[in-house]
Amino acid sequence: MANIISDETMEYVGILAKLELSEEEKEQAKSDMGKMLDYIDKLNELDTSNVEPMSHVFPVNNVFREDVVTNGDDRENILKNAPGVKEGAFKVPKTVE
Amino acid sequence: MAKQYETVIGLEVHVELATKTKIFCSCSTEFGGAPNTHTCPVCTGMPGSLPVLNKQVVEYAIAVGLATNCSITQYCKFDRKNYFYPDNPQNYQISQLYLPICRNGGVEIDTPAGKKTIGIHEIHMEEDAGKLIHDEWEDCSLVDFNRSGVPLIEIVSEPDMRSAEEVIAYLDKLRLIIQYLGASDCKLNEGSMRADVNLSVREVGAKEFGTRTEMKNLNSFKAIARAIEGERARQIELLEEGKEVVQETRRWDDNKEYSYAMRSKEDAQDYRYFPDPDLVPIMISDEWIERIKAAQPELRTEKLERYKKEFDIPDYDAEILTSSKKMADLFEATTELCKKPKKVSNWLMVETLRLMKENDMEADDLSFSPENLAKLIELVDAGTINSSVAKEVFEVIFKEDIDPNKYVEEKGLKAVNDEGALRATIEEVIANNPQSVEDYHNGKEKAIGFLVGQTMKAMQGKANPGMVNKILKELL
Repeated sequence: MANIISDETMEYVGILAKLELSEEEKEQAKSDMGKMLDYIDKLNELDTSNVEPMSHVFPVNNVFREDVVTNGDDRENILKNAPGVKEGAFKVPKTVE
Repeated sequence: MAKQYETVIGLEVHVELATKTKIFCSCSTEFGGAPNTHTCPVCTGMPGSLPVLNKQVVEYAIAVGLATNCSITQYCKFDRKNYFYPDNPQNYQISQLYLPICRNGGVEIDTPAGKKTIGIHEIHMEEDAGKLIHDEWEDCSLVDFNRSGVPLIEIVSEPDMRSAEEVIAYLDKLRLIIQYLGASDCKLNEGSMRADVNLSVREVGAKEFGTRTEMKNLNSFKAIARAIEGERARQIELLEEGKEVVQETRRWDDNKEYSYAMRSKEDAQDYRYFPDPDLVPIMISDEWIERIKAAQPELRTEKLERYKKEFDIPDYDAEILTSSKKMADLFEATTELCKKPKKVSNWLMVETLRLMKENDMEADDLSFSPENLAKLIELVDAGTINSSVAKEVFEVIFKEDIDPNKYVEEKGLKAVNDEGALRATIEEVIANNPQSVEDYHNGKEKAIGFLVGQTMKAMQGKANPGMVNKILKELL
């Protein structure tokens, strides 16, 4: 494996993804990520200087909606997915910036 | 000699677009609904839901870009900006990083030193977040997703501004352009226009920019001006003390007139932008751009010229009448109804501005209808009410938008044009004020004013002043 993921990188990615991993899981993830980067290195061997960067896998563009309200009040159903409900709102742990 | 400092300011302006539905779903954007009554699986980020772009959002963004001299990115797309916060249900915001819809524009502002162009780096489309309310009784926060997915454009300026005055002039220019286009109502106090200020200071003549801070929570022009002065002073003080400015986001508290650090660069977020695979690219053809260009409504400068030419309105008045879309709309709609542009202009320029000042209101807060103002003008013109009664009636129209015809009828405010009744009252006034009559005959022209006043008082202000004058002179 050419790419070695450092412990610091592993820690940082964990913080960004809000994941807490055991030592064993960390080692596994480091190895998986190293292999992914190796594969990207392989792709980088191709000469793409004459290829337009692709921004979507489907050859489709301009999929639009007209600006017309068709959704009504579906609060009851939406709130069924909430971790907690209070006064018609999603109740979450106190979050202050 | 003390060092001279220069302030360098760039703005990020968020504008809520005036669409009926959200950017990626068919939920209403209406303001003020009960929490979560305008939500669906898309704008609450439910797994498996698919966003579909609102075409009107693209059209508004292009219209704003054209009106601010930007070039339109004819192949553009959306990216995901990843961060965790409870007001962001998907854990990413759909925005544009790599190919924003408009780039390299600018608008011209007036400064004391003449005209100056403020560059626009880019304009991109994105979705708004939900609203977090912190519960006072329980240790929790409540999330309302009604605003989640409301379409925004973010207008990013170049760091071209050097003072609070230039910032206000630039914001005012943007606001007028966008309001006239109908793309947003741009109300700072209601949050449909929000400005983040990036500010740094440097010694005059320095080539390099200083370290900048970003200030949020600015919801009026006055707050923006105070925040700029406050932040400039804070940064200069740091530099004078030999300290460094820390690159950070600060929240302005307008009551305390001080800003607080929200987050610094150390915990700056890594947004890991990447193209949103749920949304396909947008191809904007030349024809599409031409269509939007052709449909562009009359903007302020053209309107100003037209008022001067078509209605013979003086320069200064035309400036005021076009200083907000609301005022211009009121002027045009009322003129259309009564065909008396000069009189409409007069009511707006004098009484309306006076009442706005007294009540500390902006033009956007005006709530009376063109219909009722037009009716009032007709009432005065027909001599049904005199001008002082008209001013009183206008105050009621201004506050409650009442129908002046009904109001005048109900309150018995019609001018007394009945010559017999007037003559009888005036005879009485003359009989009761021999001194004034004598003064008048002795050449004291002013005495007649007193007699007119007495007559008006006797008639409870409803007499036709022209007739009173005429009859008085005749009888004297």
